[in-house]
Amino acid sequence: MDLVVSRPQGLYCPQGDFYIDPWRKVDRAIITHAHADHARVGHNHYLCAAPGEGVLRTRLGNIALDTMPYGASTVHNGVKISLHPAGHVLGSCQIRLEYQGEVWVASGDYKVAPDLTCEAFEPVKCHTFITESTFGLPIYRWRSDAEIYAEINAWWAANAAQGKASVLYGYSFGKAQRILAGVDSSIGPVVCHSACEGLNKAYRDAGVKLPDTFTVSEVLDKSIYKTCLAIAPPAAQGAAWMKRFGNAYSDAFASGWMQLRGGRRRRNVDRGFVMSDHADWPGLMRAIGATGAEQVIVTHGYVQIMVRWLQEQGLNARAFQTEYGGEGEGEAEQATVQESSA
Amino acid sequence: MKRFASLFAELDGSTSTLHKVQALRAYFETAPAEDAAWAVYFLSGGKPKRTVPTRTLREVALQVSGLPVWLFEESYQAVGDLAETIAHVLPIAANENHSNQGLAWWMHHRILPLRSMPDEERIQAVQSCWNELNAAERFLFVKLVGGGFRVGVSKLLVTRALAQVSGLDEKAIATRMMGFADASNQPTAEQFHELVQAETECEADSSGGRLGQPLPFFLAHPLQEDPAALGDVAHWQVEWKYDGIRAQVVKDAGQVWVWSRGEELVSEQFPELQEAFAHWPEGSILDGEILVWQGDAPAGFNALQGRLNRKVVGKKLMADSPVVFLAYDLLRVGGNNLVMQPQRLRRKQLEEFHAAHRTLSAVNGMPRLLLSQSVQAASWEALKLLREQSRERGVEGFMLKHLDSRYGVGRTKADGVWWKWKVDPMTVDCVLVYAQRGHGRRASLYTDYTFAVWETPPRSAAHAQEVAQAIANGEKVEDTVARGLPRLVPFAKAYSGLTDEEFREVDRVIRKHTVDKFGPVRTVVPVLVFELGFEAISRSNRHKSGVAVRFPRMLRIRHDKPLHEADHLAVLEALLPVENAV
Repeated sequence: MDLVVSRPQGLYCPQGDFYIDPWRKVDRAIITHAHADHARVGHNHYLCAAPGEGVLRTRLGNIALDTMPYGASTVHNGVKISLHPAGHVLGSCQIRLEYQGEVWVASGDYKVAPDLTCEAFEPVKCHTFITESTFGLPIYRWRSDAEIYAEINAWWAANAAQGKASVLYGYSFGKAQRILAGVDSSIGPVVCHSACEGLNKAYRDAGVKLPDTFTVSEVLDKSIYKTCLAIAPPAAQGAAWMKRFGNAYSDAFASGWMQLRGGRRRRNVDRGFVMSDHADWPGLMRAIGATGAEQVIVTHGYVQIMVRWLQEQGLNARAFQTEYGGEGEGEAEQATVQESSA
Repeated sequence: MKRFASLFAELDGSTSTLHKVQALRAYFETAPAEDAAWAVYFLSGGKPKRTVPTRTLREVALQVSGLPVWLFEESYQAVGDLAETIAHVLPIAANENHSNQGLAWWMHHRILPLRSMPDEERIQAVQSCWNELNAAERFLFVKLVGGGFRVGVSKLLVTRALAQVSGLDEKAIATRMMGFADASNQPTAEQFHELVQAETECEADSSGGRLGQPLPFFLAHPLQEDPAALGDVAHWQVEWKYDGIRAQVVKDAGQVWVWSRGEELVSEQFPELQEAFAHWPEGSILDGEILVWQGDAPAGFNALQGRLNRKVVGKKLMADSPVVFLAYDLLRVGGNNLVMQPQRLRRKQLEEFHAAHRTLSAVNGMPRLLLSQSVQAASWEALKLLREQSRERGVEGFMLKHLDSRYGVGRTKADGVWWKWKVDPMTVDCVLVYAQRGHGRRASLYTDYTFAVWETPPRSAAHAQEVAQAIANGEKVEDTVARGLPRLVPFAKAYSGLTDEEFREVDRVIRKHTVDKFGPVRTVVPVLVFELGFEAISRSNRHKSGVAVRFPRMLRIRHDKPLHEADHLAVLEALLPVENAV
């Protein structure tokens, strides 16, 4: 019995008549998290985890939204639905569906390592687990956040000592706040691009502790551009917004794609910090193992590779075609794929 | 190893020359001398013999990672580099922070001994090394062991950084660096100290300069106006302008030094010149051009390019692309500088020098010291006619040197002027197909373009539009070719020749017509036709089009030219010099 099938509109639960992260307009949608490829405008009814309400509204505006706390459940058309932390970004959830004793979990995007800005991933027992595979290759292995924050702090402190700004590019929702939550703000002031600042507010409102930040319109003393950490979305690279930092700034990019030299070079930044909101290879394997699932369905990423590997591990594995691409990280991924096939 | 790994990461991650030199300098100032010595060795192209075959490294990696071959292969496909793949597929080492040993220790105690170990022991040793290194260090370890170490740093940058560290000038360091990166050298702390120590007496030559060093190059100005404005042609020395590597050859202290115009020491790239000029008298400096010479004419610059930046200059390369030094000027003879003498006197002495040494300056029966002929003509009009032969002769036009001019410094005009009187560029109408952002001031504009010509001419305007449409739809080239559409073949990159206003205009068009992103490169729907100018064209295996052009630049945007009227490959091929044609 399939509790989730793939339809042109998105992943669909036929018994419950609702969609999970649909990419076309539908009547009822459960949203795993508020990244643009998973949460789209135009559905009639939305459901998400309670901690994700603020960020989802920040992104989608005025929508008909119901929320449920993590772990609570509701029954819709006979399907029992509960939401469980996915550890990806604030409010991200795995969706557990139970119908006549059969349990499926759709995990959206997730990571298993701890994150200061959201609740930790919770392994949920199920028969079928739907997993992402953004970093589904054994070359992707993340180091602890503590090590990465130490690298970022050292880079920032060294730049500040030389009178240079440290411009760190990262996705405005999730990555930016995770960076903020862990850096040592005693090194200097922190400037945020306005694209990040709206989400910072949503995080602060949800009770996540972030250091004080300024947008450029709030900066009165221009000398802070010589010592600050500036957090900006990748699109700011090369844009007019950068002019205020002069020519002497150092720039960096925080993403799992920075693991590879090719990824760093294509970004054309001084430094790459390997910080991802997705599970690395060991994390994917650990998460899949912990569900006890006999069947695993792989979505976006290195799909065919993961499917083959899981099959070789004795699991019943297959793929769903989806339109999830992962916050523009897909761009870097596409480039990797193109390059390796060239 | 940690310090070297972090230097490598900085060099590898930066595209700024300034930043790279700063990083090198910081490393040389703080690293122990024995480590710095090995770093200089590797960064300037030194390659010890391979200690472990690549195949073995790969097998050990498979064994340790426990991955099936197909998954290792997929990983390699995603990474594109074996050492980097190995570095990442291995689990993070438990002991990765245990080794604080430097590069030299790793070379002497862990890497070089691998070469003489029996297989079994060697596999064990490699594994235990990996267990002590983090991913970045493992990557370097595999590169150093496998003999594939490369980073985007030229010997010139290493030289510059060492010059800053030592307070000496770059030429002095370059002189000392000769032979340092030789495969047989095992660099030591003493060697590093010798590189950066204060100047010794024996390094000074008789005229107070430093042994083996060139004089500042005198450079020519482009001639824009009619040469008649220069006055009587009889006051000018006229020579063909060659397209090779401008160089000075210095003979001092029993040694031959070849310096390129960038004041880079390139002697090691041209062993035949070192051999050929070994008998020259001490204290000689000649200015001239290094050229690949075939029969009685220069080969295209392409042939010379194949000889540049080689780590090893093999016999075959020297036989296939034999180089000569074509002398323009005599700057010093018997330790006496001639630069303040007028051109006519220097020329006379140059001719004497050439006559005295040309026979002995031969290697493998081929004369290596040639004399730049002075072209005699009764009038500027006659010269104009002669200049038309430039392309056939494989030269760029004329050099005009006033007979009273001294040999100045750089592009100064105080000592008299040299003019370069080049032929008009060849031109072709081509289509912009890829674009990349520029650097510095142009960082936010798309200013670096790749141009293509039609492989075969489209039948009609509609036919060409169909191609544009297919590209806009993201259709694969193979598919468009399969349904009978002509292909656009890229053949040149250019980023100069337009005004700022024109660049902004093109930038707008590119942003509107981008169909695909490949790293920093944008694929652009073919809508813009340009007239591209270039100095020369030759066959090339490096480019899909099969041709390479020299000094391409945009002459103008051809808004008047519809897409289907852009030139096709046969037009380019018709421009090839005769010996290159198929």
